Amino acid sequence: MGRQTPLFRLHQELGARLVDFGGWDMPVQYGSQIGEHHAVRRAAGVFDVSHMCVIDLEGARVRAFLERLLANDVGRLRSPGGALYSCLLNESGGILDDLIVYYLDEEFFRLVVNAGTRDKDLAWIRTQARAFDVEVQERTDLAMLAVQGPEARAKAAQLLSPAEATTALALEVFNACELRHWFVARTGYTGEDGFEILMPAADAVAAWRSLNSLGVASCGLGARDTLRLEAGMNLYGNDMDESTQPFESALGWTVALKPAARDFIGRRALEPLAASGSQRKLVGLILEDRGVLRSHQKVIAAGSGEGEITSGTFSPTLERSIAFARVPAGTTDAVQVDIRGKLLRARVVKPPFVRFGRPLIT
Amino acid sequence: MSKLPEDLKYTKSHEWVRTLADGTLEIGITDHAQHALGDLVFVEVPDAGRSVQAGEACAVVESVKAASDVYAPIAGEVTAGNVRLSQEPEAVNTDAYGAGWLWRLKPAPGALAAAALMSAADYQQVLDAEGG
Repeated sequence: MGRQTPLFRLHQELGARLVDFGGWDMPVQYGSQIGEHHAVRRAAGVFDVSHMCVIDLEGARVRAFLERLLANDVGRLRSPGGALYSCLLNESGGILDDLIVYYLDEEFFRLVVNAGTRDKDLAWIRTQARAFDVEVQERTDLAMLAVQGPEARAKAAQLLSPAEATTALALEVFNACELRHWFVARTGYTGEDGFEILMPAADAVAAWRSLNSLGVASCGLGARDTLRLEAGMNLYGNDMDESTQPFESALGWTVALKPAARDFIGRRALEPLAASGSQRKLVGLILEDRGVLRSHQKVIAAGSGEGEITSGTFSPTLERSIAFARVPAGTTDAVQVDIRGKLLRARVVKPPFVRFGRPLIT
Repeated sequence: MSKLPEDLKYTKSHEWVRTLADGTLEIGITDHAQHALGDLVFVEVPDAGRSVQAGEACAVVESVKAASDVYAPIAGEVTAGNVRLSQEPEAVNTDAYGAGWLWRLKPAPGALAAAALMSAADYQQVLDAEGG
């Protein structure tokens, strides 16, 4: 038996199939995984992401600390409520985790990191924080619901008072606001519009039921995975880890090498790579033949060598198989994938595959 | 979970076997198995004429989540694969014991008698023991 979120009993009551995910008992699906996927693309769905780890950082030097800790530059966050996606790197430029940092005020920032890396991240962050006298507090008192889809914000706003709803609906993309009891962010992991909402654990069951009664579908981690893959978003542990660096993980855009004076952890290892280029790159694949791409399948790129699929699935929106693969930098437009000994044809594409309900790649 | 058809035989690995009028065997996966797999998106069936051994991986059923082998419960020669499933893999979900059949087989001499097949009642006990 793993750890359980405040919604565990409700998931059971709703008939979810529960699986171990990073040490947590989480719902993988409630009914049809493809049905849940389409609900998010076409209307709205709600996910329990309470297993993710919320870390509050407080102190006079918290901004300076984050300038050191993160590969992306919190200098880009100038107005309170702003959010930024970043990698957390080790000294060799390997990716310890990916996260979202929220700027609440000059002495208070919030991180949301992955569930499976919780202990490692907390230990790392606490060690690094000492020199900056920043207080690191893990928030285990909160639940987190992701409400995603074209109708998600309008539905979720109905759980709020009129004044709060006005504030939440006025949020720009990648911004958050603190309401009386809830923290609402216009962020997500699906390629759709929506909110991620932090709330006291005691509010979570009632909020979920209210969303269901408004027609928001309960969605599991299965649909979350197909949605994020279509949206071109990496999954930590699959698509990148400590043995890979951002430039070979399609995350070069999140590494802020300017200003040159910002000495973030991993910078010295990455600077030469930024100049010389990486030997490998992470690309999207669409399978031209019939079958399903899966992680660890071998990719053969004529003339440039071999690579490997890092995440693969069947795309319910495109109705064909898609994947991310780490391949030699010289790989161009066509590869072959070894699926159970058969070499099938796949096309190299630039993710995302789907955005706001619409296919971007045909 | 629906009631198990009484006219079929079953395996511990969740395949079913139907004896057709001409003695040919029809093989598929049980309703329990399709439910555990979830929405199927790809099915690969053996070609007619292929000779298979009992226990040999013979077909592949892939859901959104994962690929799973289906093993031949009985040795023999494949007389047909259900090619319709290449266009409609979901037939295994919606009609596991009918339109979702995977392949038909002419059993090798003595193979049917040698196979460790179960009645519906015995298979039900397997499912009960698994908590299904």
